[in-house]
Formats: sequence, structure tokens, C-alpha cells
Amino acid sequence: MTARVITITSGKGGVGKTTTTANLSAALASLNKRVVTIDADIGLRNLDLVMGVENRIVYDLVDVVEKRCKLRQAMIKHKRYPELYLIPAAQTRDKTAVSPAQMIEVINELRPDFDFVLVDSPAGIERGFRNAVAGADEVLIVTNPEVSAVRDADRIVGLIEAGERKIPMRLIINRVKPDMVRKGEMLSIDDVVDILSIKPIGVVPDDEGILIGSNRGELLNGRAGEAFRNIARRLNGEEVPFLNLDGNSNLLQRIARLFGGSGG
Amino acid sequence: MDDVIAIKGIKEGLLLTIKPDGGEWMELTTKVTSRIDQQAAFFKGARVALDVGDRPLRPHELESLQALLSRRELTLWAVVSQSATTNTTARNLGLETSLIPEHEQMETVEVDPQETGTLGIVIDHTLRSGRTIRNRGNVIVIGDVNPGAEIVAGGNVIVWGKLRGRVHAGAEGNEQAVVCALDLMPTQLRIAGYITTSPDDKRRKPRPEMAAVRDGRIVAEMWKD
Repeated sequence: MTARVITITSGKGGVGKTTTTANLSAALASLNKRVVTIDADIGLRNLDLVMGVENRIVYDLVDVVEKRCKLRQAMIKHKRYPELYLIPAAQTRDKTAVSPAQMIEVINELRPDFDFVLVDSPAGIERGFRNAVAGADEVLIVTNPEVSAVRDADRIVGLIEAGERKIPMRLIINRVKPDMVRKGEMLSIDDVVDILSIKPIGVVPDDEGILIGSNRGELLNGRAGEAFRNIARRLNGEEVPFLNLDGNSNLLQRIARLFGGSGG
Repeated sequence: MDDVIAIKGIKEGLLLTIKPDGGEWMELTTKVTSRIDQQAAFFKGARVALDVGDRPLRPHELESLQALLSRRELTLWAVVSQSATTNTTARNLGLETSLIPEHEQMETVEVDPQETGTLGIVIDHTLRSGRTIRNRGNVIVIGDVNPGAEIVAGGNVIVWGKLRGRVHAGAEGNEQAVVCALDLMPTQLRIAGYITTSPDDKRRKPRPEMAAVRDGRIVAEMWKD
């Protein structure tokens, strides 16, 4: 068994990387996949909170790379999914505490034992981002349908494209409000895909449930949760039609067209 | 006629070649002036570049030739040599030491000497946010120029794709420079000292356009076949 290493990144902060990582990891675990998440946001760790395991942290990623503990000791098992683990970030250090080479080393040690390694990238384009993509087989770019998030996502895509390795990228458009898109107050899915020229793997509606869930360490139900579960299934190779976020419009058909297929 | 000296026409004017092993400098300069005097009217007013190979020229030697030429209304503007002494001498007299203008020396692109304005670069991919292309020649992009990307060109800018970033053509003052794109919607467009932004029209249809300076302002014209 050798894991697929997927990094979740965005450039801009606050677009939903950590929420996406937490929900995708849980959704993949619920598909009976063996999953480990790595919080690469050293100094600003959050993934443990969203996954509800904060109070069980003993060792973290920096302890692992500095050989203060074994990799297994830093892996925290999720309460609900026995095959889902988190390697938390250190809270007291900064991004320079880990190098891209060390990240690759950690990831390679995890590969044989898992189906998926999900790496939650920090915002920005500096060391933390480079650590997060260093060992990635695939990258998921999370963005929101607003100009600044798309601008930063574009920068990230450019940086990844300019890298030594060709890493496949897919797009997650998070926090879509169909009402606002319809009124022209928000970029449409087409607008976002047009600029970024990357195939979307999922469109997630804005959902108040995310906030409530985040604060409780619970994973999502509702429309957003469904969207994340669909993304997990697509990552797993299933053909899943996109959610129809808008009762009256032809969003679904438009997305189906983007995929060049004939989605429902 | 001997061939220790040769005079030929080049794009930049005249090229005077003096063989490095051709003998005494004083003799050679006399040969040069007598050659010029044979066709004084033809040579009058010409710009002259001098190629002396690896001969080291001291200041008084070069100065004497410069004086002889200027008395015949020829202007010495450049000296080409493999000798460091000669290069230093030439630079101290305010002369060029290369026939290629300094700003073009930065380019590594082969240029057909019969063509002007052929310098530039081709970018064969989309320029995403944060990328800047600066070139003294023409810039051609096969792909889009996304918002947040920037092109600064001494010459023209051609985008075979959507131009949505910032673009400055004729950045060194060339008002004849143009900006062409299959979809011309730059965040900001400059040609030489002129500046404009794109109209905020969401319903516009993408169409190939060319922006140029006309009557003191930048106008975009639809490309017609």
C-alpha cells in the first residue's frame, strides 16, 4: 500500500483550507480509507481544533523532525474514525522549524501504511507553503468566489507550475452563495475557472453549519458536508455529479460542461 | 590598393578595418586619409566605426586618427577591439566599444541585422498573478495574462489570449508601440507616457483588439480582417 499525498493550499488565508482538510479526511475515513492528516501550519495550528483532538496532543510535527519522538507517537487517532490520524503542528515554533526535505522524509515514512496523506498548508507563499507542497503527489487549491481569493490562488498555481515537478492540481471553490452569484454580487464558478484554468473537483456552498461544526470539532452535515463527501468520493475515483446549488439555474450543466462530460 | 585597411558600409554607417599587423600606426592613418580623400564627397558626413583587431592603441594614436577624420567631416563613434588597452582608450575618449547599442546587448536573441525591431521574447504559457516580464524589445505571450501579472516592454505587446493584467508598451518612450490581445481587458494599460484602464462592462463580448496612441490618447480598435 502506498499513500496518495494530497496538499490542500490556497495562498489567501481564511478561505477554508483547514475545514476542507478536516472534512475530506473524515469523509475519506468514512469510505474505509486509512488517512493521516498533517498540519503544516507551524506556529498557527488549527487542524487539531477542527478535528476535535486538541486536548490529546503530546508530540507534534517539529518533535518528529527533531527526533524527540517516533512518528507514531505524534499521530493522534480520531475519536470517531479509527483509521484517521492527525499529526499536529507545533504551536510554539515557526515555519523554519521544518524544511521541505524533512517534510518529504516524514511523508515517505507514512506512505506504506496509509491510503491518503492530507497536508494542510498554511496561507502565504513562503517556507510554510513550500514545506506543504514539497512531498505532494497532488494539490487541491481552495478558493472562494471573490477576487482577492482567486488572485492569490492564481499566484499559488503559478508557483506550483514553475516548480521542478509537475504536480497535478484540482480546484475546490468553497463558500459559494448561489443567491449572490445570481445577483452578480459574487464571481460565478465560470469566472473562477476561467481565470485559474484548473478543473474543479468540487463546489461547496456557503453553510453556517461549518462555523458551528468548526467550533465543536464536529464534521459537517448539510449541503456543505455533502459537497465535501462528494469531493472525497471523486478523489477516490468515483464519478459523482455536482450538487445543484441553484434550483433555477443551469449551474449543474455548466459544471458538467467544464468537465467535458454529461453530468446529471 | 593594399588591404591592410578596408572601408565598408554597415547599418550603423561606415566600418573602417585596420589590420593589427598592418604596420606603423602613423603610416596606416596616412593610408586611411588618402583613401578618404580620393572620394571626399562620398565619405563626407559619415559615422565611422573602427575595427583594429587586437592592436593596442594609446590615447594619442586614437586622438590623431579622430582629428584626421573630423577634419574631413567624418565622425568616429565606436572602436571595436580585442585589446583591453584600446577599449580603455576608446572609452576615455567617450567612444562606444561595441557596434550593438548597450540596451540591446542584454538580449541573447539572434537578430537579423537587416531587420529593426525584431528583438523580444516569446512566453509560451499563461502569466499568472505575481509574474512580471520586463523586456526592452517586443513581448509576445501565447496564453493569458491574468490579473496581478505585469508586462513592461520597450516595444509592442502581443497576447494570444486574454489580457487582464497590467501592461506597459513602449515603456522607454516609444509612442508608436501597440498592445494587441484576443481579449483586451487589462487592469491598466500604458503606452509610453499615456495611461488608461479598461471600461467596466460585464456584458462585453471578447474580441481581438489593438490599443495604440491616437491624437494624444490611448484608443482600442477592433481587429478587422
